[in-house]
Amino acid sequence: MQVTYRDKVWTFDETLTVSQLLRRIKVLPESVLVIRNGTLVTEDQQLSSADEIRIVAVISGG
Amino acid sequence: MRCRICGAPAVINMRQHKLSLCAEHYPPWLIRQTARAIHKYRMFTAEERVLVAVSGGKDSLTLWDVLLKLGYQVDGMYIDLGIDGGFGYSAQSKAKASAFEAAHPGTRLLVVDIVATYGESVLDVAARVQKELRPCAICGLIKRHEMNRMALEGGYSVLATGHNLDDEAASLFGNVLHWQVGYLRRQGPVLPADAEGFARKVKPFCRLYERETAAYALLEGIDYIYEECPFATGATSIQHKETLTQMEHKTPGTKMHFYVNFLRAREEGLLSNVEDDPPALRSCERCGQPTTSERLCRFCRLWARA
Repeated sequence: MQVTYRDKVWTFDETLTVSQLLRRIKVLPESVLVIRNGTLVTEDQQLSSADEIRIVAVISGG
Repeated sequence: MRCRICGAPAVINMRQHKLSLCAEHYPPWLIRQTARAIHKYRMFTAEERVLVAVSGGKDSLTLWDVLLKLGYQVDGMYIDLGIDGGFGYSAQSKAKASAFEAAHPGTRLLVVDIVATYGESVLDVAARVQKELRPCAICGLIKRHEMNRMALEGGYSVLATGHNLDDEAASLFGNVLHWQVGYLRRQGPVLPADAEGFARKVKPFCRLYERETAAYALLEGIDYIYEECPFATGATSIQHKETLTQMEHKTPGTKMHFYVNFLRAREEGLLSNVEDDPPALRSCERCGQPTTSERLCRFCRLWARA
């Protein structure tokens, strides 16, 4: 799966849940929304190696 | 996870509410939460005209959208500060606000162009009047003045901003860390128009997490600017938000309890022994807005030095 978050891109060849993915890239789930192939998904969802994942940061400031 | 209402696959899980909802039922839920906050804190009525301060970001555009869906008389206002940041920040954010207006007949966007109106961008002014390179303090002064001016000149009863619970909790956190008692006395969902020349200011999203407003924007297809203001990097408010988010991760509901219980405690007497001795206000000789200064308000003094 290809994962994008801010200006970073990762590729994972394994199956992960959203929770596992966020732990892997050290991102708190409360600070993001996860979009799998264009659809919002919850943290229990299984992600496959063919998925396009976009992680949207939701905490803004300044 | 399944939607609590219909059992369809959920698109958002809100641990703080122990609630998961699907794409169909989440937007109406957020709209209802907003309506409840407006009612609970007596922010405004259906008869009053509301001006939403719009930045082109997710919270303000979502607020504009929600208030329109709730049937309020609402327009938006955008302040073009003339910030480029290497990627046309002001131009892009204004484009998002304009696109929202175009897609919603029946509402209008008022635009204040700081450069065109006053001759300098916020960066130019900041460079001229202060030694720090970050223009945030000047930016805040300019925005507050212009939002108030546009609300009063346009005959709007109230000015609404997209401040959400993360914003409020972070602000409260900072005020407590530094024991800014004056700010603690006034921080809240409503800043009343307690003097002639001030518009009432309200925050209808004060009980909604930033993640919740973002989810609404994504689900409703609201096109907002993702990039932050180029000067937001390292801002104290973001540091406070990150700290609170870490606490929220360990204990869901932390931000909500912190903020809501502070409001309740203050209503029940916290800070009541702090003397409230507001300074005398006069009308600025140039713009007429309230000021503690003898002649010109701080905003007008910025341009008087140019």
